[in-house]
Amino acid sequence: MEEQVRGFIKDRFGEAVIREDDFRGEQSFYIKQEALVEICQAFLEDNELQVTFLSDITAVDWLGHERENEGRFELIYNLYSLTHAHRFFLKVHLPSEAPRIASLCDLWPGANWMEREVFDLFGVEFVGHPDLTRILTPDDLEGHPLRKDFPLTYEQPQFSWNKDEPPEVIR
Amino acid sequence: MPEQKTVTLNMGPQHPSTHGVLRVVVELDGERVVKATPVVGYLHTGIEKTMESKLYYQALVCTDRMDYLAPMSNNLGYCLAVEKLMDIEVPEKVQWARVCLAELTRIKSHLVWLGTHSIDLGAMSMLLYTFRDRESIIDVYEACGGQRMMTSYIRIGGLAHELPVDFDKKVRRAVKQVNEGLADYENLLTNNEIFINRTRNVAVISAEDAIAWSLSGPMLRGSGVKHDLRKANPYSGYENFDFEIAYGEKGDAYDRYLLRLKEIRQSLRIINQALDGMPEGPYRARVPGVVLPPKEDVLYKMESMIFHFKIITEGFKAPVGSIYQAIESPKGELGFLITGDGSNRPRRVRVRPPSFINLASLPRLVEGGMFSDVVCAIGSIDIVLGEVDR
Repeated sequence: MEEQVRGFIKDRFGEAVIREDDFRGEQSFYIKQEALVEICQAFLEDNELQVTFLSDITAVDWLGHERENEGRFELIYNLYSLTHAHRFFLKVHLPSEAPRIASLCDLWPGANWMEREVFDLFGVEFVGHPDLTRILTPDDLEGHPLRKDFPLTYEQPQFSWNKDEPPEVIR
Repeated sequence: MPEQKTVTLNMGPQHPSTHGVLRVVVELDGERVVKATPVVGYLHTGIEKTMESKLYYQALVCTDRMDYLAPMSNNLGYCLAVEKLMDIEVPEKVQWARVCLAELTRIKSHLVWLGTHSIDLGAMSMLLYTFRDRESIIDVYEACGGQRMMTSYIRIGGLAHELPVDFDKKVRRAVKQVNEGLADYENLLTNNEIFINRTRNVAVISAEDAIAWSLSGPMLRGSGVKHDLRKANPYSGYENFDFEIAYGEKGDAYDRYLLRLKEIRQSLRIINQALDGMPEGPYRARVPGVVLPPKEDVLYKMESMIFHFKIITEGFKAPVGSIYQAIESPKGELGFLITGDGSNRPRRVRVRPPSFINLASLPRLVEGGMFSDVVCAIGSIDIVLGEVDR
C-alpha cells in the first residue's frame, strides 16, 4: 500500500511534493499548501486507494527550532484508508506571519471541529471554513495558547498598589 | 396567519444528562429540533500545553485525567507512542498484561456508559447494577496501581510495578462478576419496551456519513463499518488474541447499545485468554537511559543507580520527528501524535480525542428529530468531557 500511495501522489502531484519522510515507518509527504485540497480530493475520490477517513488535523509550532526555516507552523493531516488499513500523513509548513490554508470542510464535514481547534490553539486561519470561531478557550481570550510564545504564567499578582504596572511575563 | 417562529433553548452546561459540562444550544420548532449547536470548552485545562513542559515520563500522569473513566487505555496509548518514538520493544509479559488491563478498562468504561445512558432514559436501577460490577474492576486497579481512578500503572517501557500476587484471582473475580451482571442488564433492557422505544431509530447515522464525519469506535461500528484498530493495525500484541469485531446494522442508539454489550463479551474473552496464557518475564524493558532500571538493581548496582538518577532528573532526549500511535479506546480511535525536537521534553503532544470528534456529529444526529431524543443522542455517543475539552 505504501508503494501505491507514493506512486499515486508522485504521478499526479509530483511538483507539489517537497519531500517524503518515513520516520519510524510512518509515511508522510511534505506538500505545498496550494495543492492540499486538490490532493485530498484526489485521494478521496480514488476508488482503488479508498482513502476516505480523515483521522485528524493538527499542528506543531517550531518556533526557535532549526525546523522553523521551513515555516513556523507544521500542519499535519492524518489520512486513513479503512479498506487497506493504511495510514499516512500530509504535512504543510506555514509561515509565521498570518498562517492561512484552505479548509477541508467541503470534503469532510468532520474537519469542521478539528480545524476550529487548530484555529483556536494555533491561530491558523482556514479559508472557506463555515464557522471559524474559538472552540475550547473563552471567546475573549487574547492569543493562541499552543503557540510557543504564549506566556505560561504571569508572575506578580496584581493588587491596588501595582495595578498600573504591566505583569512580568514568563515564556 | 402569524409567522411561524422557532424557540431557542439552552441546555447545560449544568445538566445531568450532558455527562459533565456540555452545553447545547437547541433551536426548536415545537418539539422538533431545527438546529443544535454543541458548545464545549468548559472543562478546558490545557493538558496538551502542560505536557509540553514536562519530561516524557512526567507527562504520563496527564493522560489519566483526560478520559478519567478509562485511565489505563490513555496510559497505554501514550506509552505506546513514546515507545514508538524512542524505538523501544517491551517484553511479552508486559504486552499481555497491558492487553488484559486495557480490556478491563473497556468493560469499566462501557459499564459507566450503560448505567448513565439508561438513567438518562429513565431506567433508574441500571446504574446500581453497573456500578456494583464496575467495583470489582476498580479493585484490580487498586491492587495494581494503588489507586482506584488515576492509576498511571502502565509506564513507558513496561509497568510501574510487578503485577500483584493475587492479580489472576482478582481479575477472574471481576470477569465472573461482569459475566453474571451481563445477564441482569440484558433482562432489564434488551427487550424492555420503553428502552426500545426510546432508542430504536433514534440518532441514526449511515455508514457513509459516519466515515465522512470521522467517527470512530462504537459510533462507526454501530453503522456497520467493520473497523477496529485492534484488528486493522494491531498494537501491543493484539494479533495473538482470538476475538471478533462487534458491529451494528442500522446505526441507531439501540444498535450501539447492543454493540457495546457484545464488546463487553469479547473483552471478557480476551481477558480470559490473556490470563490463561500470561507469559513469565520481566515487567519492564531493559533500555538503559530511557526506562527506569528495576528497583533491586538501583539499590545494589552503581550503574543502575546513575541511570535511575539521570532519568528522574533530566529525562531522556527524543529524536526530531513526529510519530502517531492510535489505539482502540472504549470511545473510539484514541491517537497520540508526539513530536520530539531533540530535547528531553516533547515539542508537541496531540491527543486525537475520540469523544471530541464523535461529539462534532451531534447536530447531524439530532437535527430533524424530537427534542427528547437529544438526551438519548448525547448518551449514545458516549462522551467524557474531560477528554473533549482536555
